[in-house]
Amino acid sequence: MSLLCETASLSRRRLLGLSGSLVASAFIPKFARAADGRDPRFIAIILRGAMDGLSAVAPVGDPTYAALHGDLALATSGENAGLPLDSFFSLNPAMTNFARLFGKGQAAVIHATATGYRDRSHFDGQDVLESGYAGPGKTDSGWLNRAIAALPAGQRIAPPGNGLAVGAIAPLVIRGPAETLGWAPANLPKPGDDLTRRLLDLYTHTDPKLAELLRAGVDTQKLASGAMAGMDNSDHPNDMVLQARGAARLMATDDGPRIAAMAFDGWDTHENEGGAKGRLFNLLTGLDGALAEFEKTLGAAWGQTAIVVMTEFGRTAQVNGTVGTDHGTGTLAFLAGGAIKGGRVIADWPGLKPANLYQNRDLNPTTDLRAVLKGLLADQFGLSAQRLEKDIFPDSGSAKPMQGLIRT
Amino acid sequence: MSLPPEAVNAATALRRFGLGPRFDLGEADQAAIAADARSYLKTQLKPQAALLHGEGLEDSKANLIAAFEEQQQKKMLRDQAAQMPAAAAAPMQSMEMAGQPQPEKPMPVQRDVLLTEVQARYQKAFDDQSGLIERLVWFWSNHFAISIAKGTLSTITAGSFEREAIRPHVLGRFADMLKAVEQHPTMLFFLDNRDSIGPNSKAGQRRQKGLNENLAREIMELHTLGVNGGYTQADVTALARIITGWTFAGLNNTNFDPGIFVFNPNTHEPGASKVLGKAYAQQGQAQGEAVLADLARHPATAQHIAFKFARHFVADAPPPGLVDKLAASFRSSDGDLLALTQTLLDDDGAWATPAAKLRTPQEFLLAASRALNLPPDRPQPLIRALNELGQPLWKPAGPNGFGDTAQDWASPEGMKVRLSYASLMASQSKLATNPGDLAASLFGASLSQDTRQTVSRAESKPQGLALLLMSPEFQRR
Repeated sequence: MSLLCETASLSRRRLLGLSGSLVASAFIPKFARAADGRDPRFIAIILRGAMDGLSAVAPVGDPTYAALHGDLALATSGENAGLPLDSFFSLNPAMTNFARLFGKGQAAVIHATATGYRDRSHFDGQDVLESGYAGPGKTDSGWLNRAIAALPAGQRIAPPGNGLAVGAIAPLVIRGPAETLGWAPANLPKPGDDLTRRLLDLYTHTDPKLAELLRAGVDTQKLASGAMAGMDNSDHPNDMVLQARGAARLMATDDGPRIAAMAFDGWDTHENEGGAKGRLFNLLTGLDGALAEFEKTLGAAWGQTAIVVMTEFGRTAQVNGTVGTDHGTGTLAFLAGGAIKGGRVIADWPGLKPANLYQNRDLNPTTDLRAVLKGLLADQFGLSAQRLEKDIFPDSGSAKPMQGLIRT
Repeated sequence: MSLPPEAVNAATALRRFGLGPRFDLGEADQAAIAADARSYLKTQLKPQAALLHGEGLEDSKANLIAAFEEQQQKKMLRDQAAQMPAAAAAPMQSMEMAGQPQPEKPMPVQRDVLLTEVQARYQKAFDDQSGLIERLVWFWSNHFAISIAKGTLSTITAGSFEREAIRPHVLGRFADMLKAVEQHPTMLFFLDNRDSIGPNSKAGQRRQKGLNENLAREIMELHTLGVNGGYTQADVTALARIITGWTFAGLNNTNFDPGIFVFNPNTHEPGASKVLGKAYAQQGQAQGEAVLADLARHPATAQHIAFKFARHFVADAPPPGLVDKLAASFRSSDGDLLALTQTLLDDDGAWATPAAKLRTPQEFLLAASRALNLPPDRPQPLIRALNELGQPLWKPAGPNGFGDTAQDWASPEGMKVRLSYASLMASQSKLATNPGDLAASLFGASLSQDTRQTVSRAESKPQGLALLLMSPEFQRR
C-alpha cells in the first residue's frame, strides 16, 4: 500500500466494471468455433482526428501526387523515401513493422476508402465510423458491440469474456447492450459519475465556487470525450504501445476476451504534419509499435488475429497554408494479423487529378469501409450478410461484404 | 452554527499551518491541540527539525561531480564514435535496423539522484507531526525557486540545494538564507551568474563575454526588495557587476575545487559600485556579501516578505494589520525567521480569517496521503501526480515560483484532476476505519453537517473517502 501505487503487471483487479463476475465465474467459457476449431481474435483500432491516408501510404506512382502533397509527400528515393509496398504505393517510413508483416503476407492496406459519411465534422464522422449507422446521432451503441451480441450460438463467448474496451472511456464502437470488460493503462481511473454528482451536490450546499469549477471541469471533460476528441495534440507513441500490450496480455489468456477496441488520439494534423519525419511520422511510429506489440504478446493467438485500423475520414489531397492538411474524405484502413490474407494494397484507385478528387479537394473514396468491416466479421466469426446488414451496419446494402480478406 | 473557538483552532492549526492530521493522530495530540493549538504548534518550531539527512542523500558537491563525470564520459564516447571509421560503424547500424535488441540505457545519474531526493522530501512530510516545518520549507523553497528544467546541474542538485540553502535557515536568519542561496551553485547556474563576467576583469578583457544581469535582477525583484521595492536598472547593473566572479568550477580546473561556490577574481569586475545610493568599495567576494546583507535588512524586503508570508498562510488578501505586524517583527529582529513564524502564530487574525485558500496540489496530495495512510513509497507516481495537477516539483514556469493564491489553483481542469486523484487514492487506501468515523476524527467539531452526511451516505467506502478528500474542509485551508 502506498501513495498512488501502480500495479505494474496486469491483474484482474485492474479490470474495471465487471471484474468481480469475471473472477468469480467458475465455468470455462466455450471459445473455439465449433465448426472448425478456430479461436479467432478481432481488434478494432480507431484513429481519432482523421489520419492523412496519402502520407501514411503514399501513391508515389500517381503523377499528380508529389505536387499536390508538397512538402509532406513521400518519395521513391532520397531522404523522403517511403517503404515500397508495390510499384505504386509506398508506406510511411515510420511503419517498419507493418512493412515486415506486409512482406510476409500478414498485413494489407485498403486505400481510397471511407464510411458513408460525407461531411467533415470529427464528432459526426467518428459517430458514423463507430456506430456503423449511415448517419450520425442514430444510436448509442457501436457496431462491434452489436456484432458481439450477434455472434452465432457456437461462437458466442459467455459474457463478460468476449469484449474488451481499452481506455478510461470505452470507445463508442464497443459500447452497447453486450457486456464488455474495461481496462485502462492509465493510472487515473475515471471518477464515477455518481461520485461526481454527489460531490457537486455537496459543493452546491457548501462551496458555490468549487461547485462552479467542478461543473465546468466535468463539462469540459464530456466535451473532450465527444466533440473535441482528436482535436488535441496528445500524440504519445508509447501510450499506444502500452494500450496494445495490456490488451494483448488479456487476449492471449485462455479465458480472456477475444474482441477488443481502442482509440488513439491526435491525428488531426492541420499544421506541420511532416512526412518522412515529424508529427504524423511519430504517430505512425506509435501505431506501428502497437501492432508489433500485438504480434509479440498475442504469441500463438496472433495466427488467428485480425486487426483493423480505421479513422473517421481523410484529409485534403493538397497541402494547406500551414504545412498540414485539412479535413477531407477518402483515406485508408490498415489490416494486420496472422488471419489477414495480406501482402496487398487493395484499392480501386480513383486518381488525384482535380476532376478525380471528391469535390475537387479530397481523395475520392471508391471502397465503402463498411464492406471491409463486414467482410472481416463475416469471415472471422461466421456472421451472415443478412445479420451484418440488419443489426450491425444498418442501411449498408450497397456495401457487400468484401471477400477474401481472411485466410481460410 | 457557531463553533467553540477551540474546535475551530484545532482544525485550523493543522490545515492552515500544517499538512493536515495524520490518520493515526493520537489522543494525546488531539488533547494537546484542543487545549492550546497555538502552543502545540510553537513547540514544534525547532530549527533541527527542518534539517533533512538520510541514506543516499549526497551534498551538492558530490552531486555536481557525479554530473560532471557523466558528462565527461558521454563526451568521451561521442568523440570515440566520431573517430571510428565509417566501415566499422556501419555493421552496428544495420544491426539496429534489423531490430537487434540494444543494450538498455542506464538511468542518467541526475534522474537517480532526483528520485532519491523526492522520496526523502515527501517521506519527511508524511512523517511530520503537524507538517508546519515542511510548510515553512516549501514556502521558502518556492520563494527562492529554482527549476530542474534549466538542465542537468539544477536537476541533480535541486534536492541538495533545498537541504543546504533553505532548510538550515527556515527558523534562522533571513540574511543567512539569502547568502546561502545566492552563493549556491544551483542558483548560480539557474540564474546564469556562473557565466557572468565583469567587462573590465582580466577575463573580460581577454574574451568577448560580459555581464549577465539575471541573478542580480531576481535578487532584488524576487528575493529581497520586491518589484516595487524602489530599485532602478542602474542598481541591477551595479549588483550584477558586484557579484561577477561568484561561480563554481567543473572538473579539471587548476584553480578551484569542483562543485562548490568559489569567488573567481579573474572574472570579477574591479572597483567600487553604488547600489541604492550607497557605495560599496570592498574588495572581492566581500563586496557582494555587503550588498546582500543590506538588502536583507532593507525595509522594502521586510514588507515584501511579510506580505508573501501572510498571503501564503492566511489569505490571498491578508489582513493589513497582520502584514504590518510581520514586517515590524522582521525589521526589529533583523530578519529572524523563528520570530516571524511566532508572530504569525500569535496573531488572532491569522486564526480567525475564514479558510478560503485552496490547498496547492502538493499540499493536497500530502494531506491526503497522511489522512489515508498512503506513504509515498515510490517517487515516480508522486512526480507524475504533481505534474498532472499543475505543480511539477522544482519546476515552476519561472524564477518567481508557483502562484500562491486560490486563483492560481482553482480551475475546472484542476478540480477534475483532483477528483481523479482523490478517487484513485481512496481506492488504494486500506484503512479499516469507515469514512464517516475518519472524517469525524480528522476534523472533529469543525466538520460541517453537509460533509458529514455526504461522506457517511456514500455508496461505498472508496466513494466516501474520495468525497472526504474532495470536501471543502479538506480542499480549503
